[in-house]
Amino acid sequence: MRFSDQFEARFTEMLTHYPTKRSVLVPTLLYAQDEAGFLSDEVITEIAGRLDLTELDVRNVISYYSMLTTKPRGKFNVQVCRNISCLLRGADELIEHCEKKLGIAHKGTTPDGLFSFEEVECIGACSWAPAAQVNYDFHENLTAEKMDRILDEYRTKVQ
Amino acid sequence: MADSPKLVNLTVDGKPVSAPAGTLLIEACKNTGIEVPSFCYYPNLSLQGACRMCLVRVEKMPKLQTACTTGIAEGMVVVTDSDEIRQARKSMVEMLLGNHPLDCPVCDAGGECELQDMTFSYGAAESKFIELKQHRDEQQWSPVVYFDRPRCILCYRCVRVCGEGMDVWALGVDNRGAVSTIVPNQKDHLECEECGMCIDICPVGALTSGAYRYKTRPWEMKHVGTTCTHCADGCKTTLGVRRAETGMEIVRGDNRDKSGINGDFLCIKGRYGFDFCNNEDRLTQPLVRRGGRLVPATWEEAFEVIGKRFKSIVDREGGRAIGVIGSTRTTNEENYLLQKFARLLLGTNNIDHHRTADFPAFVAAIHGKSNATATMRDVYNAPAILLIGNDPTDEHPLLAWQIRNNVRLHNARLYIVNSRPIKLRRQATSFTQVPSEIDFTTFLGGDESRGSNVAREGWNTLREKLRAEQGLVIIFGSEIFGQGIQALAKFAASVPGAKLVCLGDYANSRGAADMGLYPDLLPGYSPISSAAKLHQEWKTLPEAPGMNIPQMFEAAKTGQLKALYVIGANPVGRLNILHSGLNNTFLVVQDMFLTETAALAEVVLPAANAYEKAGTFTNTCGDIQILKKAGDVTTTKPDFEMIVRIADAMGFDVHKLVPFGHGVHADMGQSRGAQSGEADQHSVWLEANGLEPKVSPFDPMAILDEIQRLVPGYDVSRLELMAGNDQHTSIAAMGSGSVQSPELIVPAKNNLFTSGTLGRYSRALNSVIENKDPEPAEEVSAD
Ligand code: SF4
Ligand code: SF4
Ligand code: SF4
Ligand code: FES
Ligand code: FES
Repeated sequence: MRFSDQFEARFTEMLTHYPTKRSVLVPTLLYAQDEAGFLSDEVITEIAGRLDLTELDVRNVISYYSMLTTKPRGKFNVQVCRNISCLLRGADELIEHCEKKLGIAHKGTTPDGLFSFEEVECIGACSWAPAAQVNYDFHENLTAEKMDRILDEYRTKVQ
Repeated sequence: MADSPKLVNLTVDGKPVSAPAGTLLIEACKNTGIEVPSFCYYPNLSLQGACRMCLVRVEKMPKLQTACTTGIAEGMVVVTDSDEIRQARKSMVEMLLGNHPLDCPVCDAGGECELQDMTFSYGAAESKFIELKQHRDEQQWSPVVYFDRPRCILCYRCVRVCGEGMDVWALGVDNRGAVSTIVPNQKDHLECEECGMCIDICPVGALTSGAYRYKTRPWEMKHVGTTCTHCADGCKTTLGVRRAETGMEIVRGDNRDKSGINGDFLCIKGRYGFDFCNNEDRLTQPLVRRGGRLVPATWEEAFEVIGKRFKSIVDREGGRAIGVIGSTRTTNEENYLLQKFARLLLGTNNIDHHRTADFPAFVAAIHGKSNATATMRDVYNAPAILLIGNDPTDEHPLLAWQIRNNVRLHNARLYIVNSRPIKLRRQATSFTQVPSEIDFTTFLGGDESRGSNVAREGWNTLREKLRAEQGLVIIFGSEIFGQGIQALAKFAASVPGAKLVCLGDYANSRGAADMGLYPDLLPGYSPISSAAKLHQEWKTLPEAPGMNIPQMFEAAKTGQLKALYVIGANPVGRLNILHSGLNNTFLVVQDMFLTETAALAEVVLPAANAYEKAGTFTNTCGDIQILKKAGDVTTTKPDFEMIVRIADAMGFDVHKLVPFGHGVHADMGQSRGAQSGEADQHSVWLEANGLEPKVSPFDPMAILDEIQRLVPGYDVSRLELMAGNDQHTSIAAMGSGSVQSPELIVPAKNNLFTSGTLGRYSRALNSVIENKDPEPAEEVSAD
């Protein structure tokens, strides 16, 4: 298992921040996922070994956070919030729209591997509800049309 | 010992309560008889605060508080029962029932389920939830462990006991909130010690066992507390028995009775390894060899054949021509009776057993010293432990539990010296790997000639540390014998308060040794020449030391040994004895199964096992405990009865063997059916009142009398013993012991899932072995 030099530098640096090794687990997982796309068994074994944790522990933590995944996702992971503020401002319709537009349901990935889609809990953008997050970018005050535009932009990005 | 912490005074439900500072509110309440309901709280596990059943009102605190996480404080005023509190608890139960399947009529836990009890107490029978229940299919995680997810109430007891208590860390929690679920370490299955701790600690029926699930209901069983028959640690196990065609069938093992030396603990063998009793290969009829084949016979025929042959051999050739091999799994009473039978009736000292530890050298080394040995309870409480040799995690699971949890809960210092990196090093203050354990003990004893210079430097530092310990418990395995034990005892004598534990392997290995199953030692390790008391009592005793097991087989080969009487042992299988070696020997075997030894016998008698009889066992520490009859296969007999019957068939006056008939006549209750075991309860009452029954020649208590009278160190409180409490015998008070040849000591090398002959016939244990990955599971790190 090899990570980039940048990952290794960050990892070494982070270890110095905490009294116990296990404390760096969550950021380490996040950086590893950024690099590998998802947290494969191989990645889990490697990180568990480095931090003296059981693989079970690492998997339990991954399962706790919706940002972390053990399955490959599309290049762009579209996460639409469906908590109370967003719901009040049309999240349901937005979700339905996305599903139709992308042709996939919750936790699905398009056949071309470009988009994944999932409903998530509050992403902390309630003031601009309804909101969604695509990878690390936020998109707010969404409507069906706005969403279409956003998705098209991502699509053109790769072409 | 630290100063005892100061007392804190508080008021609970208007009652004044005081408890040591640092006590949790829930415990302080419990100690005064006020029960605060709880699911997630479990004594001696880390606090969880997950279920919120234990809510109480503490004056001046804004909200209801969880009693399981609140420490007591001076002047605290607490209310544990009010409308507000009942309502809060009721809502908690209602939430838990929200997705609970309510399949109580088929659930294993039904009738002993904590959720049922709480629902009953707080009456959340009606629910505001109208959502459909989320069903999930039951999953099998291992041959032992099954998981029924919808029943789980997420108390995390299982996760904590597996990690903190067992140091296995095989269970975890996936996801979060309402969709959290308990998961096994290998995604869809478990790789673990299969101890079943998680199953028994589960307050509901979410975790169930392959051995018991869907078999019966708790109220249909009778629960008998007895002593485990597998390793030498002596756990108290509660056997659930139920009527069956063949007698009383054991259907469950657990430890609902936490009063034993093992507290919460049982390993897989104590919990699920009882099923050898019900194995279909079990012998149920006496077999006599006719025309070269073993054919069924009646008990009378069998006893007659044995009695005649034994008698004629003794009359013609004397006791020299007969050998006796005893068992490490028969009771003290049976072992004592057996050697008495050999010495008094057969007139021979040709008696031996499978030795797994050098107890004679141990007794020689500590002879006459008071308080020289530690109990199994001491191992849990001692401030410091030195463990030399052995791998308790595999070979002495309870001992390992005591050590681990002593370190975890009492900060004991654990010093390990071993030639292998055993798992307990994870709890150790220091782990010293040595080429050979005996070099190290020799060094401790003052002989500094062994080991390299560098090693000796380390050993010296360790020795200084050990010398500074108060109340050190020194535990050693069979790697240490003879002079090595002398050296260790010498060192122990130089450390104030140090106590020793010598590790043997089988459930009554220690008892077999204590009861004199040696060719050169009488009960209590008295050399044959120095047994004035026994001489007086028995009048005659053979004077020449007898043969040990290898010598007996040698003599059989050369035709000198005319008869061999084997009880609950399989020397032919263990020592690979050739069939031809026994051609001229009349072999009698008492066993449960047709072992390699039994297959060669002239007469085979079907024996009852330790779960099917009364008596006592002595564990490896020297703690003596009672056995109570649980199961019952009607066509078998306890070894005790068979020995007496053979004596009778030889024309011997059995009164001289078993001093019975002096007691009272008593209604002993039923020995069959739902009330079976009543006889045992009567006997407890009679014993407690000084009225010992002893109305039958088959009553082991009559022999226990004799043991207590004649074996020094066994004069423990009979009342405590009968009441099911462990009592410590003092081996140092016994005879002078002897130095044995070390090659006679052969460790059993049983691991967590093997148990000699019993293990071979246990489906539960075999299914786990078959299911195991060939690669041993990697050790995983602690939380
Ligand atoms: S059976 Fe024992 S070792 Fe296995 S998961 Fe349960 S508690 Fe852990
Ligand atoms: S399986 Fe049992 S012990 Fe484990 S969390 Fe669920 S209810 Fe508690
Ligand atoms: S530790 Fe030994 S005595 Fe205890 S249950 Fe296991 S085998 Fe039986
Ligand atoms: S509810 Fe959608 S962002 Fe908070
Ligand atoms: S027992 Fe206190 S929160 Fe569970």
